[in-house]
Amino acid sequence: MTAAAGRADERVARAGLVRRLLIRPELGAVVGLVAVFAFFAAQSPVFRSPQGVANWLDPAATLGIMAVAIALLMIGGEFDLSAGVLTGTTGLILVTLATRYGLDVWTAMLVGLVVALAIGLANGLIVTRTRLPSFIVTLGTFLMLQGVNLGVTKALTGTVQVSGLRRAAGYEDARALLAGTVEIGGTPFRVAILWWLLVTAVATWVLMRSRPGNWIFAVGGNEQAARAVGVPAARTKIALFMTTAFAAWLVGSILALRYTSVQANIGIGQEFIYIIAAVIGGCLLTGGYGSAIGASVGAVIFGMADKGIVFLGWDADWFKFFLGAMLLLATLANRLVRRYAEEVKH
Amino acid sequence: MIIETRGIGKTFGSVLALRDVSMGVAAGEVTCVLGDNGAGKSTLIKILSGVHRHDAGTFLVDGREVSFGSPREALDRGIATVYQDLAMIPLMSVWRNFFLGSEPRRGPAFDVARARRIAREELLAMGIDIRDVDQPVGTLSGGERQSVAIARAVHFGARVLILDEPTSALGVKQAGVVLRYIVRARDRGLGVVFITHNPHHAYPVGDRFLLLNRGTSLGEYGKADITREELTALMAGGAELAELEHELRRE
Repeated sequence: MTAAAGRADERVARAGLVRRLLIRPELGAVVGLVAVFAFFAAQSPVFRSPQGVANWLDPAATLGIMAVAIALLMIGGEFDLSAGVLTGTTGLILVTLATRYGLDVWTAMLVGLVVALAIGLANGLIVTRTRLPSFIVTLGTFLMLQGVNLGVTKALTGTVQVSGLRRAAGYEDARALLAGTVEIGGTPFRVAILWWLLVTAVATWVLMRSRPGNWIFAVGGNEQAARAVGVPAARTKIALFMTTAFAAWLVGSILALRYTSVQANIGIGQEFIYIIAAVIGGCLLTGGYGSAIGASVGAVIFGMADKGIVFLGWDADWFKFFLGAMLLLATLANRLVRRYAEEVKH
Repeated sequence: MIIETRGIGKTFGSVLALRDVSMGVAAGEVTCVLGDNGAGKSTLIKILSGVHRHDAGTFLVDGREVSFGSPREALDRGIATVYQDLAMIPLMSVWRNFFLGSEPRRGPAFDVARARRIAREELLAMGIDIRDVDQPVGTLSGGERQSVAIARAVHFGARVLILDEPTSALGVKQAGVVLRYIVRARDRGLGVVFITHNPHHAYPVGDRFLLLNRGTSLGEYGKADITREELTALMAGGAELAELEHELRRE
């Protein structure tokens, strides 16, 4: 048997490191990252300076937290279109409760978390019970939340924003924890970057090294087959929707604490950006394949392009063009890579 | 006998799907269930594997009467079923598929190193030579995929292995590979229920042959009592085949 094992191992070596590397879902995103960095860094000295890096890592962090959660959900075979608006909802709850109802910031955040998790649970329950496509279910939640955000804010304030979080009790501590800065080598970086790295690390560990991670790949790959071998498919999916809602709460709180005010229409349109970042990071739209690190890399590409275009003094409208081009290129690259990886047989 | 049925039957509404079927599966033996489409093969295995509950006759496991309410109950008694289409998740690696739903743990973590090692060992013990347990199952051939599913069932303590048409979608060579693993599982002391509509696949590996036609049994034969030709003729419905031959003969 040792001889057989030895023989098998030899053949692994022959199968090639190249295929092993190519089969990683995040490969396309990493290539894109290097290309985009090289493009902007070559033309803008500010872009490659520590201040520049801190500048483009900032949007990457808040986007990255959401993209990672959405990537897990997409690997599990579902979408969540309500995630963007939910960042607004949680921010509005935080600011409204802390400024108009006398709650301290921590309690207000806790209420926001409970509401977010309840919405995630509702999304998950409806999708798993009815077997309706999550695209439609969460489109419904998206529209409802959008209406609630605007309607409630207008009814309470007569305007479309709530503000004044700075005066609330516990603001300074909460801000330091979620929206402050840390100095690294003399350059201030947003503390959100650390949260983003933590979220990415935890998500990667869950995906690659935990039992639920195996279940996420399985329910996205073939839910029936997964169920047949005893995977709790419904629970896994509901947990994924709640994870996305948790991420939306985290990002909503970070943004509310940073700006101390929240617009009622914030987050609308972001849901597609999260999906795009996850897809650039190697997630398949059909589920069962993808990576949390890839989604984070996708978010960095976004951050770079978002700020890089400004550094170069271009019109910000070009960002949208860049976004579309990136998405197309990434999906084409992913498709080629996956085909090549799967074609190499025996 | 690990599994035995006596005059077992099942109706769905007004449809008699299966009636009066008696069969047995012993450790270290292969029982082949043969029959054309609609003969009742899948109803029978669904009763054995716990998907359906029988409503006539008796179903014995280890000599005691049972009536399974779910596949889990059957699995707990060591009866594992490998379905043709439900076996594997193509985008996941061999070892992830192997342990799906029963992942070994180390603390809170999925013990990945152990899963990889055991998957490789179990496959080798079954004589399945897979280049790399990290490769996605989608890159395996149909025969290899069935074989991995069989090795998985064996590893998780199956005493009886029910194989639902494992060779029907395969070419001659691939089917041979799967037949070899059926024999290997038998030699490890498992009872195997091998469902097929191909007597040429059944005859070389079977110890016992149950023939089904239109929901009922045409009899259970030991290997000594039947030849390959008789099996083929019975399977096709000998008289019907003769008639068909006559009908199709050129003027």
